[in-house]
Amino acid sequence: MQAIIEDWRRRIAAAAERGEALQIRGSGSKDFYGGALDGTVLETTAYSGILDYEPTELVLQARAGTPLDDIEQALLERGQMLAFEPPHFGPGATLGGAVACGLSGPRRAAAGSVRDFVLGARILDGRGADLSFGGKVMKNVAGYDVSRLMVGAMGTLGVLLDISLKVLPLPERELTVRLGCDQEDAIRLLNAWAAKPYPISASCHEQETLTLRLSGTAAGVDALSRMIRGVEVENAADYWRALREQRTEFFDGEAPLWRLSVKSTAPSLPLPGRQCIEWNGSLRWVKTDADAALVRDVARKVGGHATLFRGRLPDVPAFHPLPAPLMMLHRRLKETFDPAGILNRGRLVFEF
Amino acid sequence: MMHAPPPSLSPEDRAALVEALEVFLPTECILHELEDVRPYECDGLSAYRQLPGVVVLPRDETEVCRVLTLCKQRGVPVVARGAGTGLSGGALPHPGGVLLSLARFMRILELDPIARIARVQPGVRNLAISEAAARYGLYYAPDPSSQIACSIGGNVAENSGGVHCLKYGLTVHNVMRVRVCTIDGEVLDIGGETLDSPGYDLLAVMCGSEGLLGVVTEVTVKLLPKPEVAKCVLAAFGSIADAGNAVAAVIAAGIIPAGLEMMDKPATAAVEPFVNAGYPLDAAAILLCEADGIAEEVDAEIERIAAIMRDAHATQIRVSRDEAERLRFWSGRKAAFPAVGRISPDYYCMDGTIPRKRLADVLTGISHLEVKYGLRCANVFHAGDGNLHPLILYDANQPGELERCEAFGAEILELCIAAGGTITGEHGVGIEKIDQMCVQFPPDVLQAFHAVKRAFDPSGLLNPGKAVPTLHRCAELGRMHVHGGADKFPELPRF
Ligand SMILES: Cc1cc2nc3c(=O)[nH]c(=O)nc-3n(C[C@H](O)[C@H](O)[C@H](O)COP(=O)(O)OP(=O)(O)OC[C@H]3O[C@@H](n4cnc5c(N)ncnc54)[C@H](O)[C@@H]3O)c2cc1C
Repeated sequence: MQAIIEDWRRRIAAAAERGEALQIRGSGSKDFYGGALDGTVLETTAYSGILDYEPTELVLQARAGTPLDDIEQALLERGQMLAFEPPHFGPGATLGGAVACGLSGPRRAAAGSVRDFVLGARILDGRGADLSFGGKVMKNVAGYDVSRLMVGAMGTLGVLLDISLKVLPLPERELTVRLGCDQEDAIRLLNAWAAKPYPISASCHEQETLTLRLSGTAAGVDALSRMIRGVEVENAADYWRALREQRTEFFDGEAPLWRLSVKSTAPSLPLPGRQCIEWNGSLRWVKTDADAALVRDVARKVGGHATLFRGRLPDVPAFHPLPAPLMMLHRRLKETFDPAGILNRGRLVFEF
Repeated sequence: MMHAPPPSLSPEDRAALVEALEVFLPTECILHELEDVRPYECDGLSAYRQLPGVVVLPRDETEVCRVLTLCKQRGVPVVARGAGTGLSGGALPHPGGVLLSLARFMRILELDPIARIARVQPGVRNLAISEAAARYGLYYAPDPSSQIACSIGGNVAENSGGVHCLKYGLTVHNVMRVRVCTIDGEVLDIGGETLDSPGYDLLAVMCGSEGLLGVVTEVTVKLLPKPEVAKCVLAAFGSIADAGNAVAAVIAAGIIPAGLEMMDKPATAAVEPFVNAGYPLDAAAILLCEADGIAEEVDAEIERIAAIMRDAHATQIRVSRDEAERLRFWSGRKAAFPAVGRISPDYYCMDGTIPRKRLADVLTGISHLEVKYGLRCANVFHAGDGNLHPLILYDANQPGELERCEAFGAEILELCIAAGGTITGEHGVGIEKIDQMCVQFPPDVLQAFHAVKRAFDPSGLLNPGKAVPTLHRCAELGRMHVHGGADKFPELPRF
């Protein structure tokens, strides 16, 4: 493995010298995400393997090229999970890709996001320097939290090497129920329930149907399901997986897929096309051909932001544009970690 | 180890600075007479004291920006201060600079019970947020023991934790948005009322940045529903190792308790006469393990926890029968610091985190150090997340004891590093642990930290000399990080 790292260091240093773009790629399952791909591929899948996993420490450390499948399997064997339920979006999806893209699945509103679970990261920066941040303990405030800065950075600050994550026990029981209601009712109900100490671990509303997953102790889940009185869903794990992987019927069709992250109480969004609501109202998927400017304006008006999730459009940045002072800070951070500007060029913002 | 303090403001420079501040601030917002600035000379780590050049108490964000702009123009260092309860000297003033107090930022600006969000000014006390949210059945989860006094701005700067962080997360997991004034006088809006934001996760970088990157002027926090019920198990153990194994067994059983705290014998001995919590005084260690949620799940979980404790050789197990008893169990833990303060003229609170499995080793190591330094140490800590708080008892009036105590503390931190942990879990590096940073991190990582700092504060005027040591300082100490037993780094870039 050290040989792989040495090889990458050399390649990064050489690319930096020549100012040549490098495209960091695991299995390629998320090639569709973010700005267009640019540069020579630096493939990470060979740098794979779980380095450390101790269930009683609630910590797992793995190399970035490790398939999520392997990690999830190892955890399952010990009754644990990645609580942020990362979407794979393809066979062989790697841990590095999940962390770099910063995407979380259905459990996010209840359990937290990828960044909430990252405890440490070792990276090669844009000069090929091998740097380790954070660690393998639950609480650590020594130095700035650079590990979490890597989450969602789309590989623009460094090549992820080793990542340590907090993991959680699987809930004793999960139960999924369904009830009929329109969008406005769903938003109202989800917010009301979220203000109660109820063990709701996922929610999804589409086409007048609200699906809820209850997770926790058997006693707690049963008590809540008696109260909510929905219809129990069979094979619910398949449903939530399909939703996470965007394989439900909602995601079919050619129209671009927008992801709007909004305040949970934001009303139904005035946009053409179909909408699907997750995360207790905080996440709105919209399949729409509407003008990008309109989508972003609608998101902004409810205090949110819009990502063009699937279906790149000419001249439309994938991520919501940043205000000038924040953009300047982004530039400076980019220059700090990747002065030659070679890593995943254009994948996060057009500017670098 | 105390380095010589940086130079103070000359009387002329102070007068000129005060005059420039008076252009946009009323005189009551500027303190510069000795008796007025004296209360600001230290934070919760009172072994370090330093009078500030000038204390400024701005009243709104615009004034904060103007103070910062002025300081930038004049090259004057700025140290932000919340409630001054920090335990690592983070708010220790700069003798040649401005101490910028956020004490006037006391308003809760908005509380949205439906979206479960509160927008507050940085000087608001941690507990005040939960108090305001209580009528909606909501609360702000991170609960440092200092929560009646510490400010939310300080919490963000330190990424503070509390006894409930095992289940509900640290400050970084519960803050959604911050507004920050940069040293350039610009306002950054970082994060949002959403679950994520575009671009880099600057919110994560701000949390725990100890006032080195910007001055926080507004904080939006997540509010959580108050659990319907909470119950607590108090278990006693014949050895630290047994108690440590019980902690691991709870986690292995798939339970994430709402709180999981340990106190050793010296700690319970100090606390019991003070609060009468009912702790068994013959036990080598006690665990407090709490479950919360809806009634049905709490009952089920408490039963399992009690069974696990029994299997882990607990010598005594008690389950809180009502809210009054639960609070009494906790009262000892919460009063641990003041209780130790009663039995010893002074105490020094350490804050390392280690992998849980190393608990018994590290605590044994600490007991050896007690002999070596001839000082007693009581341990109260967040066992669930491996965050130790050894309290070293000493008497500052005895010549040499403070120095011995500091050396003891430094060795504890190095024990934590050697065990695969970190020198600070929640109190921050500040000025206190700056030398141990040289041991925990290699020079290139320290340099990366400095580079992050420069991205936010190119002039280096915000809280200089704290949190991240210069490589020069590390080299001078001869306390360089040694990686895998390799040679010390031969060529050190100096700045
Ligand atoms: C008895 C006692 C118990 C404690 N228990 C705990 C505990 O359980 N858990 C825990 O985590 N901590 C604990 N602490 C430590 C302390 O209370 C926390 O670190 C707290 O967050 C500090 O808040 P403060 O407002 O007092 O900040 P201060 O001490 O005033 O400042 C702390 C740091 O934050 C910076 N800062 C303050 N306000 C701002 C701002 N608005 N913008 C930018 N930077 C700012 C300062 O420059 C300084 O570096 C305890 C302290 C005491 C005295």
